[in-house]
Amino acid sequence: MSDLAWIDGALAAARPQALAALLRYFRDLDVAEEAFQEASLRALRNWPDKGPPRDPTAWLILVGRNATLDSVRRRSREAPLPQEVLISDLEDAEADLVERLDGADYRDDVLRLLFICCHPDLPATQQIALALRIVCGLSVAEIARAFLVSDSAMEQRITRAKAKVAKAGSPFETPGAIERAERLAAVAAMIYLLFNEGYSASSGEAPLRSGLCDEAIRLGRLLLRLFPAEAEIMGLTALMLLQHARAEARFDAAGDIILMEDQDRTRWNGRMIAEGLALIDKAVRHRVPGPYQIQAAIAALHSRVPRAEDTDWPQIAGLYQALEHHMPSPVVTLNRAVAVSKTEGPAAALDLIEPLAHRLGAYFHFHGVRGAMLLKLERKAEAREAFDRAIALARTPAEAAHIRQHIDRLRVEAGEA
Amino acid sequence: MLYAILCYHSEAVVGGWSKAEDDAVMEKLDVVHQKLTAEGRLGPVARLLPTSAATTLRKDSDPPLVLDGPFAETKEQLLGFYIVDCEGLDQALEVARDLGRANPGGAYELRPIGVFYPSALPPAEGR
Repeated sequence: MSDLAWIDGALAAARPQALAALLRYFRDLDVAEEAFQEASLRALRNWPDKGPPRDPTAWLILVGRNATLDSVRRRSREAPLPQEVLISDLEDAEADLVERLDGADYRDDVLRLLFICCHPDLPATQQIALALRIVCGLSVAEIARAFLVSDSAMEQRITRAKAKVAKAGSPFETPGAIERAERLAAVAAMIYLLFNEGYSASSGEAPLRSGLCDEAIRLGRLLLRLFPAEAEIMGLTALMLLQHARAEARFDAAGDIILMEDQDRTRWNGRMIAEGLALIDKAVRHRVPGPYQIQAAIAALHSRVPRAEDTDWPQIAGLYQALEHHMPSPVVTLNRAVAVSKTEGPAAALDLIEPLAHRLGAYFHFHGVRGAMLLKLERKAEAREAFDRAIALARTPAEAAHIRQHIDRLRVEAGEA
Repeated sequence: MLYAILCYHSEAVVGGWSKAEDDAVMEKLDVVHQKLTAEGRLGPVARLLPTSAATTLRKDSDPPLVLDGPFAETKEQLLGFYIVDCEGLDQALEVARDLGRANPGGAYELRPIGVFYPSALPPAEGR
């Protein structure tokens, strides 16, 4: 890697912490971003000659803060600070700053920065776009590509989101325990939305969008470094790792979806699985189960077995039941029905599925799963009707193609082909 | 003399590498590994998972306290280690310099080994 690539990596890694601290100083997102930008430019000028500073984050915060104060003073026609002040006693100042950065303030800074992106008035896509731009530092063009919209549309979306956030005012008081927990929950939900935005990509978009999954996992790890004992954050990060570990096995060469039971498990990413399982082990010790941990535990049961036929379906059905308790939702019930179909058969599963019709009538997977159960029960006409509904609701070509296989098979059997 | 070469780097930086960047670094490191292996000097090598996966048992209290996270909060984290057979510090530094050229940034701590039990464990990735 060249010097400049190394600096890029260091700047990206330092960004959330540095920007969060600058936001605390300036209490204005735009000013904080400009300050970080200026510090980054100076890093690109200085670091190749002088070598990287001992603590790049502290360097960026200090230089960004001083440069901005300096320019504000100059603009207000006061005597400018001598340039040397910026750099000369940086070592001492750095040490002092590092002391403060290790404190709890610093955790709350990063949490605040993430929390700002989760403003309840912002629709989910704007929350995610804002987090990618502000916290992860992706360019507008990169974000636009991931969302499959034009640069100008994304620019507009982010500008609008920022304006809304600025109008709402940022929460700068130090949060109490309850507030902190609420912020963590909102941030966790936003990170999982970001992950799903990447995960729900179809094959053609997969390479573009799996970057979103990587960013989400990175944010999960960042939160864990700051809040190491939060069981649900462990659960969230584990869940994302275990799901993303299957990324390479999820689509075939033609771009069609491969169901988990048919995936080549040797193509699952062993390192991500190991990290996910380790996090679940840690989370369980806290004995405060929650939705992310339970979903991660379900993903883990799939990850632990080398062959699909060895899957522990009774335990998975039980975990879905626990999940229904923590997070009642018809989609969770639908997932439990799939597990129940493996343990008690398609009739028992269908009994769980049918009452969901009025709530999930517009949901692709509802009709897909219902069709599959009807097919197993040899109720072919009804199955085909369900598959037709599913196709009409498919969100990606890969989803549609998957259902079409069932329909084609039914057609062949009915002598239509 | 056996040396442990402890690899410290910012895990936020290393964790931010794309797969291509990571693969490129591993490929360059592999050249050094192969040279050492050919000379019969390379012992066990480990790359550790992120510190967020770490748990610490503090045994200075009774019963010992189990804490989430790494033992020390540092700006650069212990991300892996090598065991290498070297004639002395100069040769160990030479190995570390070779590794450092393949993977710039961060630091290596060279630590002579007092007791070493070779492992019978098979190589593994993840699981």
